[in-house]
Amino acid sequence: MINRRTFLGTTAALAGTLAAPAVLGQARPRAVVIGGGAGGATAARYIANDSDGMIDVTLIEPTRHYYTCFFSNLYLGGFRTIESLGHSYGTLAADYGINVVHDWATGIDRDARTVALAGGGSVPYDRLIVSPGIDFKEGAVPGWSTAAQNAMPHAYKAGSQTELLRAQLENMREGGTFAMVAPPNPYRCPPGPYERVSMVAHYLSQNNPTARILILDPKESFSKQALFEDGWARHYPGMIERIGPDFGGGNVEVRPESMEVVVDGQVEAVDVCNVIPAMQAGSILQDAALTESDWATVMPATMQSVMDENIHVLGDSARQGAMPKSGFAANSQAKVAAMAVRHALTDSRLFPARFSNTCWSLITTDDGIKVGATYQAGEDRIEAVDTFVSQLGESDEVRAETYRESLGWYDSITSDMFG
Amino acid sequence: MVRRVLLPILATLAGAPVALAQEGDAERGAVLFRQCNSCHVAEPDGPSRTGPNLYGVLGRTAGALEGVRYSPAIREAGEGGLIWTVETLDGFLQDPRGYIPGSRMSFRGLPDLQDRMDVIAYLTGDAPVVHSSELGRLSPEIFTIEGDVEYGEYLSSECVACHSASGSDEGIPVITGLEPEAFILALHDYRDGHREHQVMTTVTARLTDEEIASLAAYFAELEE
Ligand SMILES: Cc1cc2nc3c(=O)[nH]c(=O)nc-3n(C[C@H](O)[C@H](O)[C@H](O)COP(=O)(O)OP(=O)(O)OC[C@H]3O[C@@H](n4cnc5c(N)ncnc54)[C@H](O)[C@@H]3O)c2cc1C
Repeated sequence: MINRRTFLGTTAALAGTLAAPAVLGQARPRAVVIGGGAGGATAARYIANDSDGMIDVTLIEPTRHYYTCFFSNLYLGGFRTIESLGHSYGTLAADYGINVVHDWATGIDRDARTVALAGGGSVPYDRLIVSPGIDFKEGAVPGWSTAAQNAMPHAYKAGSQTELLRAQLENMREGGTFAMVAPPNPYRCPPGPYERVSMVAHYLSQNNPTARILILDPKESFSKQALFEDGWARHYPGMIERIGPDFGGGNVEVRPESMEVVVDGQVEAVDVCNVIPAMQAGSILQDAALTESDWATVMPATMQSVMDENIHVLGDSARQGAMPKSGFAANSQAKVAAMAVRHALTDSRLFPARFSNTCWSLITTDDGIKVGATYQAGEDRIEAVDTFVSQLGESDEVRAETYRESLGWYDSITSDMFG
Repeated sequence: MVRRVLLPILATLAGAPVALAQEGDAERGAVLFRQCNSCHVAEPDGPSRTGPNLYGVLGRTAGALEGVRYSPAIREAGEGGLIWTVETLDGFLQDPRGYIPGSRMSFRGLPDLQDRMDVIAYLTGDAPVVHSSELGRLSPEIFTIEGDVEYGEYLSSECVACHSASGSDEGIPVITGLEPEAFILALHDYRDGHREHQVMTTVTARLTDEEIASLAAYFAELEE
């Protein structure tokens, strides 16, 4: 069998030669990927690696360092450094021969099959993969807009926002209130807000034990709710209060200038306010008319847009059916899409779509929980096959083991994305 | 490496099979293994000398390692379904030529049970312990299904989201480098409920025997 290392070395060398326009055979089909996150980076790497250099792969991503949202809550809780969440695109370019373009895609011309770049120029494609994550819906939380994101951070795209929220947490006055405005469904990472509450509570219980946490939630219930609430009662008794829709959690206005929240007409002063607004597909998809009511609907066997068969949409932006919007899911969908793109462009074998997902969350030191499922392509949506979730009352050993698993997963998925 | 492995073997006492748990001491086994060193090494990627490299022998079909000059007797035993497990190795080490008549291995054997368990613990290393009784749960044909390597490669993309391809076993075990038989056994065990793990039970639930064989074939190729 081909040794992967040697093989990859060859691809890189080959790509180097082909980059010279004179040698570039126009015959090489072009796959272009917008967004170098969980979906996009994985798709680019799998297409480049598995096509033996037969497909020309371009990855368009504005940032030079991708900070994973996954484990960013652990950074808030003091379990990770921010540096440990950052990943660069160097290996994808050097070892996989992927043409990494650090720029914003500003438009998709679906007829001409080109992607326009903010820096000028355009990139032609035979197949396009779009995995731009999420954008927030302006006006979803009255009083909040992206202009207010420094006063009231979302920290739902990782990086400087996450660092800002951590700094605000550290500087919070003794006995102060940390408020979270939780998002309505569907949103990226269903357990994410509640893992965040756990991590904030962990930090506060050590550094500011009289502080309290107020969750304003428009949802009746949330992911792994029984497990989180059990954990909060055990580890952070009395610290966390959640106001659901019955008590006005869905009727919230924020006032960033005065650091107030208005819940069902009642004004309350808060010290830190984490606003996670309602979400929609990345704006590039909205602009290219690939969305219907906020999300881009895809065909489950290939992740192709129902509006344009030359375009595959992955991850958070896709409306695919039963999978949650998670990094694990985006990575899983990327592999199916990569296979479908290779099949379309080089006639490689097509296998039945298989997806899976596991979302780990940390409640406190060595108390990890998880939820997950396997999925398959149904008629017009992705369907769950089998599911599992951590149980109440598991032993400390099982919980510690679950947390250790998540560490292994983090290392594996990030090398699966970035090589 | 300080590793003590509990090796439950089936011993026949007074005619009745009795489960006997015997602890193997890998460190002592390493010292005992010096008697074997003139013909065998037991190292990852180590060479085969007169006899095969014994690294990861548990779970391997007898006479199946590439590039080794086996006696016809050992090869035939393998073709007949002999897989090295705690129990079969125990039997072989006790009396090599009695266990496989025609074996070229000129070693008188280790009469002492504790010595044998220590050597087996040493050979097991960090790999999962494989028992005959477990293999016996699967019909021998399971191990002979020919896997589709390309399909296995596609299916493996689900595995590597969690199992590091680069060999770090922090939190989640490494699955590259397992003998195909051990790999096949492990997946069947999860699927059939002989081993418990929420993720693995769910992931294997939908795998067919052919898909398991394809995965095993792919991971085996990856190693070479
Ligand atoms: C706090 C938090 C915790 C989480 N924890 C977990 C977890 O434990 N496990 C898990 O599986 N998931 C977790 N997630 C969810 C996970 O981060 C997302 O589901 C995942 O990143 C989605 O992948 P994606 O490819 O759709 O988008 P992203 O990973 O966000 O990638 C999108 C990329 O596209 C780029 N982009 C956007 N627009 C353009 C454009 N116009 N041109 C070029 N590039 C563009 C962006 O810069 C970005 O790099 C968490 C999320 C949060 C917020």
